[in-house]
Amino acid sequence: MESLQILERVKNQFGDRILEISDHKPDSFAVIDPKAVVEIGKFMNQDPELAMDCLSNETGVDYKDRIEVVYHLFSYSKRHTAVLKVKLPRDNPSVATLEGVWKSANWMEREIFDLIGVNFEGHSDMRRILMPEDWIGHPQRKDFVEPAEYHGISTVRESPIIRLDTKKK
Amino acid sequence: MPLLNTLPDYVLTTKTDELLNWMRKSSIWYMLFGLACCAIELMHTGGPRADIDRFGATPRASARQSDLMIVAGTLTLKMALRTRLLYDQMPDPRYVISMGSCASCGGLFQLAYSVCDGVDKILPVDVYVPGCPPRPEALTEGLLKLQEKMMTERWLVRSSNGNGNGKQVAAA
Amino acid sequence: MSTLHTEEMTLNMGPQHPSTHGVLRFVVRADGEVMREAIPDVGYLHRSIEKIAEKVGYHGFMPYTDRVDYVCAMFTNQGWGMACEKLANIEVPHRGEYCRVIAAEFNRIASHLLSVGAMAMDIGAVTPFTHAIREREMINDLIEELCGARLTFNYMRIGGVAWDLPPGWREKALAYLDHFDPILEEYNALISWNKIYIERLANVGVITPAEAINYNLVGPNLRACGIKWDIRKDIPYSVYPEFEFDVPIGDGHWGKLGDSMDRYVVRIREMAESSKILRQALQKIPGGPVLAKVARNFKPPKGECQIRLESGRGDMGWYVVSDGTGYPWRVHVRTGSFAAMGIIQKLSAGLMIADLVTLIASLDVIAPEIDR
Repeated sequence: MESLQILERVKNQFGDRILEISDHKPDSFAVIDPKAVVEIGKFMNQDPELAMDCLSNETGVDYKDRIEVVYHLFSYSKRHTAVLKVKLPRDNPSVATLEGVWKSANWMEREIFDLIGVNFEGHSDMRRILMPEDWIGHPQRKDFVEPAEYHGISTVRESPIIRLDTKKK
Repeated sequence: MPLLNTLPDYVLTTKTDELLNWMRKSSIWYMLFGLACCAIELMHTGGPRADIDRFGATPRASARQSDLMIVAGTLTLKMALRTRLLYDQMPDPRYVISMGSCASCGGLFQLAYSVCDGVDKILPVDVYVPGCPPRPEALTEGLLKLQEKMMTERWLVRSSNGNGNGKQVAAA
Repeated sequence: MSTLHTEEMTLNMGPQHPSTHGVLRFVVRADGEVMREAIPDVGYLHRSIEKIAEKVGYHGFMPYTDRVDYVCAMFTNQGWGMACEKLANIEVPHRGEYCRVIAAEFNRIASHLLSVGAMAMDIGAVTPFTHAIREREMINDLIEELCGARLTFNYMRIGGVAWDLPPGWREKALAYLDHFDPILEEYNALISWNKIYIERLANVGVITPAEAINYNLVGPNLRACGIKWDIRKDIPYSVYPEFEFDVPIGDGHWGKLGDSMDRYVVRIREMAESSKILRQALQKIPGGPVLAKVARNFKPPKGECQIRLESGRGDMGWYVVSDGTGYPWRVHVRTGSFAAMGIIQKLSAGLMIADLVTLIASLDVIAPEIDR
């Protein structure tokens, strides 16, 4: 099935929980209601026509006014893909976890929590994965400011190169 | 005739410092501390073509059995604390080679938020080997430079630097 | 006789360990030699490559893609090139695609050599590692003649490859392939059908096909469970439809289907298939340019896209969001090793500590792919 057909089928099932279907080129996507994520996920996994048995990629993107979580779904038996998006507010973003449907969401959601700060409700193990445990801040946000030092190690490298264009006369 | 020329051929004469330094430089056991891409080149350097085993250098897994730490790869802030711990576990005399540009100065990851720009922020480094990654020949040359540095050390003259191990590099 | 009272130990397989898989850490709860659970702890090589992309621009990001997976650097290069080309609708010249495939398949052989050599070294047999490194050095020589670097190549560009094949390179490459095919038999005789090796690998870390898909395992890990899936055949890209090759899958011959021995054998057989592709590509390569005309200040239109390609460790997904300027808004790589780490915690119950090493080696995880 084509990607737009898949999204139309999901829209027929869920009606206005699908907020928008965009036929953006090259990959079309659908924006869904954050509260319906688990239901839609289960439907796409178990429906015999769609049979999305694999959550191939889950990404968090920080736009300046909102945070989006993008899900790329894939079906090994039917060989088709679909893209779902969830739009969340920037302060205190939170959405339900898809770990119960696809186990691969476990680590991917931990990474999004660590680097962007989205809290996944119901996750079995919501803690940092890539940054140290005592790190403060969510680094992949656009307004992240690097700390000056970490445990006594300064994060600035003093460069011995002298810039010729600012050399004093 | 001087006494030296009457000795038979199987008697060597040397200074104690040189003898100790020669013994130490001919058998450098390095700790496998490969962090990133330079680790693959470190493995190639210990491999069949550019073989540093001919200089006596063999890899050891444990810090307590090694006297050289080749920091091969990018040092992140999360790893830096553990690196200091491993360095403290090495017995004296110990040396550090900073292999590659990530370990020397942060390399191409200076823009990153989680990278410690250079291992010399936490450890004293003896030899810096540039490259991204350095070729096995470059790392071998770094090892030979370290051997040259080891030959200039003095062990029997106690220094007043307080830590009592007596290691001091002779003025060139 | 009274039963002994034992306690559970918590051990640390620390970030520094004698293996090629990079800086990984496991907190192991074990009852003697048998583990209850091995909890992976990653992030010791997190170099924030994805955020650096937003600072260096599209062309400038190409050397950073090498470091995402330095053992299979050509695939990551190709992935970034393909993502930017899909965003901006650029077509790569035919000869450029052939050069990409040739470089990539050589890199696949090199990556699998390192993987099987490291697996043997982790089991305890150190000699096969030197055999693998010997062959890998010869591939390094070939690639060094092609693009100047032995490990982090930066060979591909957005729109093709940087340099054409040097004169005489084709003959050297074909001579290497003639040398390599019997070496694979020698390697098999040395280690693959060795009784001790088979007993160490068989029935360790069995993954069922349904589990593999649910945990998003890809590449040789997925094929070893019996699922015949290869992006080069099923979602073809580049010029792979023009070549004939087979996709080896595991068959549970030595133990259960989906154990470590299957994963090992799939990699050995994939090397032979790559050699077939290389011979065909080197015979059929057409003439023409190798690099399409791409502007120096490359500004793709606003949008986003995802591409997938078959890297040495499996399906690598690149997701790029562009906002119309010369700097990407967001870049995300989803790699095969990231998913493979997620399944280790579940598989480790009941294994012995030495089997944990075998399991990690057979899943072929490498730290920069996990941490980026």
